[in-house]
Amino acid sequence: MKAFRSLLIGTVAAAAFATNAYAARGTDGEVKIIYWQAPSILTPYLSGGTKDVEASSLILEPLMRYDEKGNLVPFLTQEIPTVANGGVSQDLKTITYKLKPDIKWSDGSAFTADDVVFTWQYCADPAGGCAQLAKFEGVENVEAVDAHTVKITFKEPKPNPYLPFNGAQSPIIQKAQFEKCRGANASSCTDANFGPIGTGPFRVTSFRPNDVVTLEANPNYRDPDKPAFATVTLKGGGDAAAAGRAVLETGEFDYAWNLQLAPDVLSKMAAAGKGKPIAAFGSLVERLEMNMTDPDPALGEERSTAKHPHPILSDLNVRKALSMAIDRQLLVDVGYGQAGRPTCNLVPAPELYASPNTDCIKQDVEGAKKLLDEAGWKPGPDGVRVKDGRRFHLLYQTSVNAVRQDFQALIKQWWADVGVEAELKTVDASVFFGGDAGSPDTFQKFYADVEMYANNFDGTDPEAYLAEHTCSKAPRPETQWQGENINRFCNADYDKLVAELGKTADLEKRGEIGRKLNEMLTKESYVVVPLVDRGRVSAHSNTLGGVVLNTWDSELWNTADWFRVK
Amino acid sequence: MLTYIIRRLLLAIPTLLFISLAIFLLLDLAPGDPLSQMPLTIPPEVKEKIRIALGLGEPMWVRYLLWLRQFFINEPLHIIANMTGWDIASGAQRVISWQTRSPVADIIAQRLPQTLWVVGMSYLVGVLIALPIGIVSAYRQYSLFDQVGTFVSMVGFSVPTFFTGVLMIVVFSVQLGWFPSIYDTTLRVHDWGSFMQQVRQMVMPVAVLSLYNAAQISRFMRASMLDNLNQDYVRTARAKGLTENVVVLVHVLRNSLIPVVTVIALGVPTIFGGAIITEQVFKVNGLGQLLITAIYANDLPMVQTLAFIFAILIVLFNLVADVVYGVLDPRIRYD
Repeated sequence: MKAFRSLLIGTVAAAAFATNAYAARGTDGEVKIIYWQAPSILTPYLSGGTKDVEASSLILEPLMRYDEKGNLVPFLTQEIPTVANGGVSQDLKTITYKLKPDIKWSDGSAFTADDVVFTWQYCADPAGGCAQLAKFEGVENVEAVDAHTVKITFKEPKPNPYLPFNGAQSPIIQKAQFEKCRGANASSCTDANFGPIGTGPFRVTSFRPNDVVTLEANPNYRDPDKPAFATVTLKGGGDAAAAGRAVLETGEFDYAWNLQLAPDVLSKMAAAGKGKPIAAFGSLVERLEMNMTDPDPALGEERSTAKHPHPILSDLNVRKALSMAIDRQLLVDVGYGQAGRPTCNLVPAPELYASPNTDCIKQDVEGAKKLLDEAGWKPGPDGVRVKDGRRFHLLYQTSVNAVRQDFQALIKQWWADVGVEAELKTVDASVFFGGDAGSPDTFQKFYADVEMYANNFDGTDPEAYLAEHTCSKAPRPETQWQGENINRFCNADYDKLVAELGKTADLEKRGEIGRKLNEMLTKESYVVVPLVDRGRVSAHSNTLGGVVLNTWDSELWNTADWFRVK
Repeated sequence: MLTYIIRRLLLAIPTLLFISLAIFLLLDLAPGDPLSQMPLTIPPEVKEKIRIALGLGEPMWVRYLLWLRQFFINEPLHIIANMTGWDIASGAQRVISWQTRSPVADIIAQRLPQTLWVVGMSYLVGVLIALPIGIVSAYRQYSLFDQVGTFVSMVGFSVPTFFTGVLMIVVFSVQLGWFPSIYDTTLRVHDWGSFMQQVRQMVMPVAVLSLYNAAQISRFMRASMLDNLNQDYVRTARAKGLTENVVVLVHVLRNSLIPVVTVIALGVPTIFGGAIITEQVFKVNGLGQLLITAIYANDLPMVQTLAFIFAILIVLFNLVADVVYGVLDPRIRYD
């Protein structure tokens, strides 16, 4: 068996080698990519939008990228620094990258450690409004030890030192080009923001913001045989259905990004046979958040704050019953098809951090009813449960989105079956996610009992993501309603464990703590009720080869390896 | 006439200032946030810093006055500087889009050609189809031609462009494969082949929009012709022994065109407004698509500037319509 496997791997490797051997740079003509959200700017530092981060990843490269399994792969460095190879210091306060010596920018100049240092200075400038500032949190200094060695010093020991300069969100920009663009000048550098010089496989030939980017192979790319394509056209605009049609039905484009379409629509398009949809899963989870505080308008300024616990949802068994009443598999079938799977975890991946928690998958209406009975909620005359004269009535809000409205209707029905009355509310996404402290409808203010949205984390380490649920991060009037602990969960043990995670470097141990934290939020407390692990579905034409869909980095992370199937 | 035009132009200044304030207040007081489209993985403290970098920390009136200054002083300075090469505009901050962090005017200038080509062409085609249909329909009222014309214009009126557009894509792009479903804005016409490619990609959006425009204008033309055909002067012309062609195409048509020309002139600003839905459907990415994406992204400087330019065009073409009215109808004199 083992011999067979190694033979198989050998064959695959030989096949991959063969295709590479035939291809030379720029021999495969043009590749056409469609993003239904058009890129607005080509640097991730001035825009956090996925479309902008991914478009710029054709041009700019970080030191290391994440591959499709979430593992780090050196791009501009010689190796992954670890404690074992001496790259990370024993006290976890410094990390030293050895850059590959012969990398050139697309304008022909040499890529050096100064560029890496500058990238940090550029983003850390307080007047610049850098969107990726969080990647450099805790960085005390970045220095060039020599032309090809960069040392990052952290203020405190960093068990996960790979945040700065790795992944699509924090690539290296050229010092010579951006030197005059620091701080308040960031906006005036239109030429640099629209045509950054990079080390990636392509360079910009023209950019029409919110419309189209055209690129050509970078003549100074480090691998002389790559990229196989001479030019790239990245068109933006329209909607997911039109993008899917252009790849799967008319064949006008080679690659379509993020096809959020109803499962039956997508399968009909795929039946045309011009291309195929591909799916991959990351950390994006559609979930219900239970409000642990009372959103009653009568409380005035103090509504939805920790001063008033929620009159219904403070009971663990009630929250558990609400979760048990839901059929997650049906939600997946209705809303996501190939691009979703039911989950009970807030952190569904990577494997190290994913808890083997599947208790919630099976719907249990009778069990839910029993729990509610035990909690003292008895069915009233109209079927809605009552306790101490209070009706079991929940305000359930989410953003305007066709799939979310389907989910709301289904969940409302399941809750009605167990005697819970849900009032549905939908808020425009730009208001809901807007964070405007003056608006009563933001998801942070949470002037509702239950709300639904999706969230994920950048990279593969969920430490910061899990730390969002510590007591101090609750949105409240004193913080202008900013904060990430949306459900105002507050548990001293949880906070202590998060602090411990921040000090633990050993991966196995980190995984253990991470899984425990995830379970404390989900199956032990049901303050977060995960519904669907949402994957990404994109599509490529049958003539485009080398595509590896990656949800941990940019989808366009390996365009250097894309080729035309002949 | 000249004093009338000057008086109207002077009167337009306070009107436009008031409009700009109204647009600004509407946009600023409406709920929404330019950072709402950013992923939730960006922490709130970072978002707050970005807001301040965008200038959102300033009070509302400061931002309004800043915009006025940027739009009325700095932008013209930049245009003059670009044309003459004088160094008068350095340091003058232009209106900057929040989405792209680049001058709004440059993006608008970049978008204008494809909007003028597609939407302008469809307006022209629409008018050219509508006038003969309107004339014939009125002259042969209740004939088969009139009935068919009425039916087609009702369809054009009532079926939305997002339906006709997608229907055309499914038939002509997916099934037949004749035309591209996605408009290539980078296409440069330099030879016969690229010209044909440009024609092919324009056929569907122009057809969809022309149907809509033609439906509207042909109705106006028909109604106006009917009003005139029963007038006394038409009977007099016929009694003089003029041929039917001269009666209809010279006497009746000229008089009937007066209200129609006004309608056509008032419709011209909508060309510059772009066609939001049709541009989205065919990915023409002109001014309409620019406006709608800016609205989604809460890119206030962009929306404000676009809406204000549309306001200027509407005020201007109202004036043009009034002047044309006077030229066509000698009975109307403004002095």
